Amino acid sequence: MTTPRFWREIEQRYRGIGVQCENCSRVYFPPREICPHCRRKSFGRMKEKELSGKGKILTYTKVHEPHPEYKMLTPYIMAIIEMEENVRLTGHLVDIDYEDVKPGMEVEVTMRRLGEESPKGIIYYGYKLVPVK
Amino acid sequence: MRAKEKVGIKSYAGYVPRYRITPKEIGKVWGKDGETMGRGLRINSKSVPSPDEDVVTISTQAATWALERSKLDGEDIGAIYVGSESHPYAVKPTATIVGASIGATPLMTAADFEFACKAGTAGFQTCMGLVSSGMMKNGMAIGADTSQGAPGDALEYSAAAGGAAYIIGTEDLLAEINYTCSYTTDTPDFWRREGKKYPSHGGRFTGKPAYFKHITECTRNIMKESATTPEDYDYAVFHQPNGKFPVKIAGKLGFEKEQIEPGLLVTRIGNTYSGAVPLGLASTLDQSEPGDRILVTAYGSGAGCDSFDITVTDSIEDIKNDDIPSIQEVISDEEFITYSIYAKYRDKIEGGR
Repeated sequence: MTTPRFWREIEQRYRGIGVQCENCSRVYFPPREICPHCRRKSFGRMKEKELSGKGKILTYTKVHEPHPEYKMLTPYIMAIIEMEENVRLTGHLVDIDYEDVKPGMEVEVTMRRLGEESPKGIIYYGYKLVPVK
Repeated sequence: MRAKEKVGIKSYAGYVPRYRITPKEIGKVWGKDGETMGRGLRINSKSVPSPDEDVVTISTQAATWALERSKLDGEDIGAIYVGSESHPYAVKPTATIVGASIGATPLMTAADFEFACKAGTAGFQTCMGLVSSGMMKNGMAIGADTSQGAPGDALEYSAAAGGAAYIIGTEDLLAEINYTCSYTTDTPDFWRREGKKYPSHGGRFTGKPAYFKHITECTRNIMKESATTPEDYDYAVFHQPNGKFPVKIAGKLGFEKEQIEPGLLVTRIGNTYSGAVPLGLASTLDQSEPGDRILVTAYGSGAGCDSFDITVTDSIEDIKNDDIPSIQEVISDEEFITYSIYAKYRDKIEGGR
């Protein structure tokens, strides 16, 4: 990931900024320009919306063959969650053992280190998922 | 020093990574009796950050919870100062990343502070000046560290990770800061040269002329300024590089063990450096009642102290049952790891990352 691309997505990665269609109230994350349900009726009516960061686990899996950035954390858990705004989010689930994860479990986003451009490059921060304390 | 206007703590929260290692486990690797060393240091375990945690992530979690507790919006925060000796970048502020993640940017000021273990409380004083002068309504001061000890060094048995964030303001205070004072000298007891991964220290020199002298002078000075004695305080929080020093200094200054117990976290989580006093104060505030008076003295090598005379207000009751985890709740989530996992997590294995 290049530095400009990472920088452009900071609002989404740090704060979970999505959009809400003012026509049908559906929320989208990552943000979309047009609501796929309302189509042209949504032109100019997609407003910024900060997600609550809270949701429930729909499904999850354990990854043994890691993405190179996640070598130090292998094996790790990836989960798909349903957020309070009815948005589905895929994320790295941390601070829990695989055996303790259950569908429906309440989780929330936290900021973690996702990787780095190189040992002397910028550090990528963004959301990961943790069980609600 | 006393501000012209009423000033104090509007909100606070702390975060400590969940991984723990025991002195016994560390000693096993270096052919030392770690259990005895742990007993000597009065450290039962120390916190270890996961490879995806650093001062940015610890500060952000604490700042997010502190903001949520305060019911303020990110844009209400006019300044963020992050005190640490383990900022992830040598050049590029931690505070801007924290500011962006809590929605405080761009109309704010931010900077990273460094003064060994008291960089967090230096942020308290800076925010006190800004809010009591009326330049802004709210400032955020954070103390956090993911400190490292060289493999096999005595510091490896205590150097830990954690931090806490405070919102300083003049209204809706959970606790008023009545007085603050500092005591600063040029004492080279502990340092890390530019570009070096691990710090160096003066061994026994870190005790008498450094920690004990500075804390004694600063604490006596604030009690003189505020015309108080140890009996006037319900609690006291002293910097805690190990479990022995704060108990010894408390006794020497005339404080009872019960006064320092709520804030003495070092035995369970190790020395969190810039996070140590902010976390100790947070744990004390968690357990305090309206009207309680707290004396705080942070110590930073190099060397200096910041002392605070604090009175808890009635508003402390309002946060007792909120959704923000208490420090005791945060630190009770713990998973013990072996030295090999610790070495991997702390980037001590060549070619690992």
